[in-house]
Amino acid sequence: MAIIKRFRALTILSIILLGLTWISPDRGTNALSLTGDSLIDMFSLLPPILVLVGLIDQWVDKKVLIKFMGDDSKFLGVIVALLLGGLAAGPMYIAFPIAITLLKKGANIRYVVFFLGVWTTAKLPIVLFEVAAFGWQYTFIHVSVGLIFFYFVGVFFEKRFDPKTLVKEDITSNDK
Amino acid sequence: MTQSIFLYSIIMLLTALSWFKDRQKTKKALMKAKNMLVKLAPELLAILLFVGLSLSIFTPETISSLIGDQSGVVGVFIASFIGSFAMLPSFVVFPLADTLVDNGAGLVQVSAFIATLVSVGFASLPMERKIFGKEFTYMRNLSAVLMAFVFSFVIWVVLPWL
Repeated sequence: MAIIKRFRALTILSIILLGLTWISPDRGTNALSLTGDSLIDMFSLLPPILVLVGLIDQWVDKKVLIKFMGDDSKFLGVIVALLLGGLAAGPMYIAFPIAITLLKKGANIRYVVFFLGVWTTAKLPIVLFEVAAFGWQYTFIHVSVGLIFFYFVGVFFEKRFDPKTLVKEDITSNDK
Repeated sequence: MTQSIFLYSIIMLLTALSWFKDRQKTKKALMKAKNMLVKLAPELLAILLFVGLSLSIFTPETISSLIGDQSGVVGVFIASFIGSFAMLPSFVVFPLADTLVDNGAGLVQVSAFIATLVSVGFASLPMERKIFGKEFTYMRNLSAVLMAFVFSFVIWVVLPWL
């Protein structure tokens, strides 16, 4: 049963892919080659990020992280979240392992949620693409609305969730 | 590509430093990295397959025809819906959005599309849920949908000046 559950999403998507290929072979093969492309993209970013997460886990002292992103870090927490999220690269799923490590090390939920928000709306490399496509004013509005909004989402999440019970499964551990 | 080489070099340097200082800790760190990759592999593959499917189903012409600049609030909803379901590499998002506008999509609707595309992840829901639990995951994604509405509203208000 556990195995079925583990591969449920993958199985459903494979069936959709087969269906698409049956209806339109062109689009099916296109989807498959695009999947291959993003597999390469994933391997160009994810493994080093996971090693980084592992190293942070082993080397960064809890006390230090609490100072930077803990309950009393105040403005410093905002700055650290901005730097971590803004200098990042890659899609959102790469941010999750980082977020969970920060939480485990004692970071406040507010700054971790804000970090995820920064990651999605204000990543520097992507902001440059945005400026090129839509200009400065548009980008400025997008980034400011995103940052203000996700900061308050963070404030709300901090009240809503208990940091001790939030981390459901430690994906870094050895046991199954 | 350069980004990747840069990232790999930095991490290799850090790992070497760590290995030099404490082999035991480094081994543990690498084990943890490997465990994460193995545990998340099915979810990751699902995400990638999802990206491939969405890129081949939602061509720029298809999307533009659904969210034209006369489509109004309904267009914003459709745009947020497509944006939540589709998942694209972030460097594709803005060139695609630009193409959409060129093909006749409205900027207000495209804004909702962009905002949901980057921060709502239907494809990454299983992975996010595995890490943070159901409630956190659904609430975070819902708040991101809300942000997309707020953002496209702001763009609608300032549109005459843009």
